[in-house]
Amino acid sequence: MEPSFFLTQGLTVGYRGVPLIQDVEICLNRGEILSLIGPNGAGKTTILKHIIRQMEPICGTVCLDGRDIGKIPGQDLAKQMSVLLTDRVRPELMTCEDVVAAGRYPYTGKFGILSPEDRQMVREAMALMSITELAARNFLQTSDGQKQRVMLARAICQEPGLLILDEPTAYLDIRYKIELLDILRKMAREKQIAVIMSLHEIDLAMKISDRILCVKADGGTVFGSPEEVSKICPIGELYGLEKGSYNALYGSVELAMPVGEPAVFVVGGGGFGIPFYRELQKRQIPFAAGVLYENDIDYPVAKGLSSHVISAPAFSVMQRQQLDAAADWMERCSLVIDAGTPARELNALNRELLSLAREKGIPVQDHL
Amino acid sequence: MKNRYPAAFLSLTILLLMFLGLNVCIGSVNVPLREVLEILGGSGSGSTNGDIVLQMRLPRAIAALLLGGGLSLSGYLLQTFFHNPIAGPFTLGISSGAKLTVAMVMVFALGRSLSISSAAMIAAAFLGAMISMGFVLLMSRLVDHMSILIVSGVMIGYICSAVTDLVVTFADDANIVNLHNWSKGSFSGIDWSDVTVMAIVILVSSACVFLMSKPISAYQLGEQYAKSMGLNVKLFRGLLVVLSSVLSACVTAFAGPISFVGIAVPQLVKRLFGTAKPILMIPACFLGGAAFCLFCDLLARTAFAPTELSISTVTAIFGAPVVIVILLQKKMNQGG
Repeated sequence: MEPSFFLTQGLTVGYRGVPLIQDVEICLNRGEILSLIGPNGAGKTTILKHIIRQMEPICGTVCLDGRDIGKIPGQDLAKQMSVLLTDRVRPELMTCEDVVAAGRYPYTGKFGILSPEDRQMVREAMALMSITELAARNFLQTSDGQKQRVMLARAICQEPGLLILDEPTAYLDIRYKIELLDILRKMAREKQIAVIMSLHEIDLAMKISDRILCVKADGGTVFGSPEEVSKICPIGELYGLEKGSYNALYGSVELAMPVGEPAVFVVGGGGFGIPFYRELQKRQIPFAAGVLYENDIDYPVAKGLSSHVISAPAFSVMQRQQLDAAADWMERCSLVIDAGTPARELNALNRELLSLAREKGIPVQDHL
Repeated sequence: MKNRYPAAFLSLTILLLMFLGLNVCIGSVNVPLREVLEILGGSGSGSTNGDIVLQMRLPRAIAALLLGGGLSLSGYLLQTFFHNPIAGPFTLGISSGAKLTVAMVMVFALGRSLSISSAAMIAAAFLGAMISMGFVLLMSRLVDHMSILIVSGVMIGYICSAVTDLVVTFADDANIVNLHNWSKGSFSGIDWSDVTVMAIVILVSSACVFLMSKPISAYQLGEQYAKSMGLNVKLFRGLLVVLSSVLSACVTAFAGPISFVGIAVPQLVKRLFGTAKPILMIPACFLGGAAFCLFCDLLARTAFAPTELSISTVTAIFGAPVVIVILLQKKMNQGG
């Protein structure tokens, strides 16, 4: 088997000889994307700085294409690896095109004059990042998102085998975030470029990456495919989520659940309950919800925002005992919300639940 | 837009030649251009006008040209190095440091009736420039704020100037007048041998700077990106420090401290060209600085003739407003 294109072995990184993260083991082939995820300050950027040789490892090695990067001459390394950093650049009187063209540095001659081929590469990189119309614009007078795309075009036109991006999605709106990740995916596959980046958007990281490196706050790391990593290292735990919650399947976050005994009972299902759950969370009113099928889209949100969710197993018929449990909670509430879910064969018991509430004199509303 | 760069170069060259011509022709005795050309052609040497042109005005004008170019280039390098538009040999105290060591060497030598070669003067100036530069570099490590850097540079400049005044005041010699003139900045009293030495130093250093235009362009995006391009940043920074110090030291050794050229000219030239590409900026700064100093020296000599102004008086009048405009523009670009 061919050895990996990019490899770290026993890499220990830190500042001034003090280890911060130990034994980082990465192996990545050409055409693959690796995302570094983890809480702020855990050391994602520090690891990247070691990979791009701006810091010396405390121990261990970083190998690119079978060579120790510490031994590759700077000019050669620049042809193999390009970077996007989070540092703000403030070049005076440079157009966006000039900034992109700076990526051709390792390929130009003694005086840095661009050849027609270099210019062609610059144009292609700009077209790829859809910034062609910014070419003559002063770099300093563009928006943060535009600057980010210009700097990405610069990294791309350096024609690297390995692209290192520190928070490439920062400053980008949702459209450009998705576009950027699509471009990376496409470039990785078509040009066989390996990409290593740090991302804050865990959901996107899971979707785009072939490999994930979790960097934990305690200095440990977990490396593997997104599926492996999410099993070994639950996201909520990785980020030390105590109040809110993270749903790995939806890639969505929920804010902290209201604490206390439930005051409102929501009868929902099929997506009808979600707006009510969210509104109750905003008003910080504890609530109970039911009866929900465990494969209902309301279910994960209700679970995230309430500790009293009465559920039924997926694809089964609702049972009397679930109704009783729901009724039990409902009677303790001062208000019942009918979210408007149509009652059909399988969830017929929910209709019964609502009439029970009316019988007991608990107000039933379809609004808050 | 396409013809902007050639047009800008052409206009700078025309300005340079025009001021060079005026400097040679105009003075206490006006010599017509035709006669100057004849003198340069070889005829008329030995005549009074011939002596004035060949022995006084021409070396002085060429000195103003070379030193002005060198000073402006030195300012450009310092601005690149510190990523600071108002960095310059004068604001960072480098000129004043050079002035101090040169004054000390001069006083020491005059006291013992020794004559000092121009090379020794440059060496002394270089030493002083490097000492000041050392202080500034130390400060730039400690504080990451550009205005504090400049303030500390200006303070270093004041300290050096004060000590220089002290040294000059207590130097008891007939040459004190000369020394006094020099410490205020002047192109007067430069002869052909001086011109030869400065031409070698300035032209060689400027050529080295030009050869560094590619790494300078990589440095424009900041140190981290320059490193990622494979640039040896330590070596590069060292070269930048040495070259800018040599250039400003050479100027100080021959003409004393000259203010504002190092800041104003690169900024004006950048605006004229509308770009900061080093490969264009380096020759353009040299041309611009040369033309600017020729112009200022012309005014210094002729404005209140027979009294001669110090060159810094004139450069400050034209240079300081440029600095103010730069600062205001910077503030406005940042949105207040």
